[in-house]
Amino acid sequence: MTPETSSPCSCGSGDACQDETQKARRGFLGVAAAGLAGIMLAPGVRLIEVAQAAPNPAATPAGASAGASPKVRWGMLVDTSKCTPGCNACVTACQTENGLPTQPGPTDAQWIRKIEIKEIKTGKAHSLPVMCQHCAEPPCVDVCPTGASFKRADGIVLVDKHICIGCRYCVMACPYKARSFVHEPQTQQKPDVPRGMGTVEGCTLCVHKVDKGESPACVQACAAAGYGAIAFGDLNDPNSEISKRVAQYSTRQLREDLRLDPGVRYMGL
Amino acid sequence: MKIALRQLEGRSPGYWALLAVLAAVSGVGLLAAWTMEHHGHVITGMNNQIVWGIPHVFAVFLVVAASGALNVASMASVFGKTVYKPLAPLSALLAIALLAGGLAVLMLDLGRPDRLIVAMTYYNFKSIFAWNVVLYSGFMGLVVAYLWTMMEHRMNAYSTYAGLAAFVWRLLLTTGTGSIFGFLIGRQAFGSALMGPMFIVYSLSYGLAIFLLVLLAVSRWTQRPLESAMQARLTRLLAVFVACAAYFVLVYHLTNLYFAKQHGLERFLLQGGGLYTRLFWLGQLGLGSLLPLVLLLAPKTRNSRAMLVLAALAVIAGGLAQMYVTIIGSQAWPLQIFPGYEVSSSFYDGVVGSYTPSLPEWLLGIGGVGMTGLIVVLALKWLAFLPQRLDQFPSDAVAGNAH
Repeated sequence: MTPETSSPCSCGSGDACQDETQKARRGFLGVAAAGLAGIMLAPGVRLIEVAQAAPNPAATPAGASAGASPKVRWGMLVDTSKCTPGCNACVTACQTENGLPTQPGPTDAQWIRKIEIKEIKTGKAHSLPVMCQHCAEPPCVDVCPTGASFKRADGIVLVDKHICIGCRYCVMACPYKARSFVHEPQTQQKPDVPRGMGTVEGCTLCVHKVDKGESPACVQACAAAGYGAIAFGDLNDPNSEISKRVAQYSTRQLREDLRLDPGVRYMGL
Repeated sequence: MKIALRQLEGRSPGYWALLAVLAAVSGVGLLAAWTMEHHGHVITGMNNQIVWGIPHVFAVFLVVAASGALNVASMASVFGKTVYKPLAPLSALLAIALLAGGLAVLMLDLGRPDRLIVAMTYYNFKSIFAWNVVLYSGFMGLVVAYLWTMMEHRMNAYSTYAGLAAFVWRLLLTTGTGSIFGFLIGRQAFGSALMGPMFIVYSLSYGLAIFLLVLLAVSRWTQRPLESAMQARLTRLLAVFVACAAYFVLVYHLTNLYFAKQHGLERFLLQGGGLYTRLFWLGQLGLGSLLPLVLLLAPKTRNSRAMLVLAALAVIAGGLAQMYVTIIGSQAWPLQIFPGYEVSSSFYDGVVGSYTPSLPEWLLGIGGVGMTGLIVVLALKWLAFLPQRLDQFPSDAVAGNAH
């Protein structure tokens, strides 16, 4: 590269060599700093308003939460002794209900999957479905920068597709691998289950059915297949079938050590 | 001693060629981002097992390096090492440019980059990501203000305060960047308070390595020979930072090796992880730590400018390898939903994740580097960031020794 000649300007010397352009440009730095400081302070002012760290209430669509009661805690109980290896009824039902790919590849979403596990020491094997565990303390909600990942009053953890920016931080945060990122354009979507390329999604506990008083598709399919391995109901209602069974039998939450209090419990593990 | 700062005239064919290359690299990066947005992330190597890929490696590296690039300015303003004062504006400029380049990549890799306005207007303040939005814009504002106080005579008196504020903020910023990983409870490789300070130490060495490369390039291309005493100071300083980074890596892995539940992860990263293991030993440790330490400290090489350039390049390559292992290797290791069990499923449970970066991802990442360079090269012509001479620096005698 050829040598550069320079047009002199001094800093700190007070020499008469400064030109007006340089002055104006330096002045611009001040304006830029003030502008950026404004951007910096605006969220800070907002922070003061939000006395308690919590997702932005505005991020929760009013329509979606209007029907959710804080008195209810929806949950599931999976009886692994009734769940059969090779049976995929819950998975298929979820795919049909929610318009998900039936032969998923590495980039496809899986809202529920069957996992085959075998205890290394004893060789004891189980087959069980794993989906969003609808935690009471969901890490996906904690980490979501915009509040798109949110928990309804009745404990259902959802993604607001309108404000998800597709950062995938929730996918990183979920210890259950329950979140999927939509990698490509979607067609043939279900009217009740909007999906969008570039956003994150996961099991909604079939919230569109639950809000109509029905059970999630996986629960219905498991019962229809004759296994009845998944119970669904209100964990806060002591008279519900699920609560009675949770009170009667020994049940487990996955990764209990993390103390996330998932709404999905397992028995027989 | 008065410090004379000058802008580049920027009329030589070399200047225009450099500008054209950087603009082209940036343009190709933007094109890659547009393609990714159009087709979706399906054209990347990312999948639902590895959701953060090569763009994150570049983005986080640039953001971390940004705070470290401010080192030289901080030493002048905060630690009273006046010898560095003439280089402070270049240091601050690099900090801004690196942050802008890194953030551009981070933003363009979003699933919905068109929703940037959502990211700026909806905040969940429990999210360290949301905090980072505040930390990034704050850093940018403070460093611009700091530059103003350095370059505007009327404001010179305030540069110490602005420098102090920027210094404190850069510590917060990099703690925030490290905490993006530190606050993840589900992944074994993360979820550690060590991440914040470790990233600060990484930033010191990555930022200084980049600063040195830019300084030496400017020195050569504008025929302003760099004073050998200054070169020696910066050489020693880089050696100290590289050693500190290596120490943190050692502590991180020793801590993991102490806990039996982490043994599987460590065996994966250090022994059987294929590419990740090679990148750790050869890239992060060999290229990023041992080679630069030898080059920077050995009597035969420590005074050589060419060896200093090689050492800085090795630190940068090692830093990218470190980010690859930290970000991608840690995702490749499967989540332990059922500790003590063998696991299999159609969703790749219990399986090491596979990831091969695609061309658009590489181009986006490299595009961020191009944008950083473009900002620096344009700014050097626009305003007087560079000292008139690089062979005379003010004495540091009053304030104490170099470091």
